[in-house]
Amino acid sequence: MTEWWTYRLSDFLMFSARTYRRLFELYNADVWPLPVLACIGAALWIGIAWRHRRVSAQPARVGLAVLAAAWLWVAWAFHFERYAMVNTAAPWFAAAFVLEALLLVAVAWAGLHGRTSLACGGRLGVGFGLLALAILGYPGLGVWLGRPLAQAEVFGIAPDPTAVGTLGMLLLTVSGRLSPARRRFIAAAWPIPLLWCGISGATLWTMDAPEAALLPALAGIAAAVAIGTRRSNDAA
Amino acid sequence: MSSSFRPIERRRVLRRIALGIGASWPIAALAQTAPKGRGVETKQIPSTGEALPVIGLGTWITFNVGNDRAAREGCADVMKAFFEAGGRMIDSSPMYGSSQPVVGQGLARLGPAARVFAADKVWTSSAARGPSQIEASRRHWNVARFDLLQVHNLLGWEEQLPLLFSMKQTGRLRYVGITTSEGRRHREIEDVMRRHPLDFVQLTYNLLDREAEQRILPLARERGIAVIANRPFREGALLRELQRHRLPAWAAEIDCASWAQVALKFIVSHPALTCAIPATGSVAHVRENMAAAIGRMPDAALRQRMAAHVDAL
Repeated sequence: MTEWWTYRLSDFLMFSARTYRRLFELYNADVWPLPVLACIGAALWIGIAWRHRRVSAQPARVGLAVLAAAWLWVAWAFHFERYAMVNTAAPWFAAAFVLEALLLVAVAWAGLHGRTSLACGGRLGVGFGLLALAILGYPGLGVWLGRPLAQAEVFGIAPDPTAVGTLGMLLLTVSGRLSPARRRFIAAAWPIPLLWCGISGATLWTMDAPEAALLPALAGIAAAVAIGTRRSNDAA
Repeated sequence: MSSSFRPIERRRVLRRIALGIGASWPIAALAQTAPKGRGVETKQIPSTGEALPVIGLGTWITFNVGNDRAAREGCADVMKAFFEAGGRMIDSSPMYGSSQPVVGQGLARLGPAARVFAADKVWTSSAARGPSQIEASRRHWNVARFDLLQVHNLLGWEEQLPLLFSMKQTGRLRYVGITTSEGRRHREIEDVMRRHPLDFVQLTYNLLDREAEQRILPLARERGIAVIANRPFREGALLRELQRHRLPAWAAEIDCASWAQVALKFIVSHPALTCAIPATGSVAHVRENMAAAIGRMPDAALRQRMAAHVDAL
């Protein structure tokens, strides 16, 4: 692209805010009742993971495997099948989501082992907080902003809450008993959800969406906690 | 350049309306009062003399509605209102997401009522991919051939222009053009305009973005190249700003009942301009825009006043 410095962020927005919101409305209707099942299933998982937080990372392992399936689903059902209709960059997003799914499988398979507990302290609190926000808070966010419930963005179905929940999950998966090699697996799964929070935040910002700053802020919190609690979890 | 306005009968009708009601007449009433599809101002395409209505229809963002059936029907309604009001040129691009198939669906629904002047673009740096992309665009539109194909944002123009000229030579295309937007690569645009027998050039020109007046518009007149103005409202930002202010008294002198009509009449009254292509997904707005193709147009002195007025806001 020549004269790239003359382009503004808004020059890359190809669709209206109305089209973007309708995309979720039609998507939810097409895959119904999957959004409700995803919400209930994820909420149940949070409860189980919280009860066993000090005993085993097994729920996190199961959660990561399911999360990987969710990233694959969002790549295909949302980015490739629907978002690509209005956004020429969506096939690239789909590819990135597939890659993240593979990384999450790698984390579940090789990054954890069953006898480790979940993270502790602030990391545990923020991790569960992000998961709860992604699973329970995100569907209500749009309604709170005056949008119909039919346009709700649901964890495991829509990309934004899936990325936020994944950051929460990644915060939970590091404890002091993990070897440096296993930690590297987990670290590799961070960039794509973080990047997505930036990209989607920018998209919402160009559409003047009131929640535009939320995703980058949550990503910033997750990254800060991950870096800030690295030493304390090392000592756990 | 023989692109002067053609006399119209609709002007008299609207002048009476405008004189009676000044600048406060509701747009809907103005549009409903205007006779359907007759007497819109046209300008001639310099290379052939073919008359083209001065207001066209853009599709950037507004027609990119994906598979949303209700929104697609809404776009078809916009096209119907556009043709009923006498519009002809619809402009799209393979870069505009689902806009092309949405236009095609609208044309299919409207049938022979759609007297479309089909303007699209080729948008690839690959010479090999140009023909297949154009064919895919044509299938989306479901037209026998395009009236106008333009090299989008000059992307790969060295490769694509020979293809477009060869299509024109063999009767598979009527007109060839190039596009840019927001003042980018104007020097290169000038260079291509001087060296190649273009029929059209498309660029950004509006009440605030007037750089093209300095060199490109005079060059277009000199070379006999039709000019399409994109982003007439700066994607709505210009109108949102203007609508914070009262419509000036001189708006009534040119039969304008809204800022949108003021903005469009400023553009299409430039002697070098052939048409403006505001994009909209609203029937009310397309009627409002098409009403700018009727009535009195500003002369050079008033155009200067219009620009100065908007600069001062």
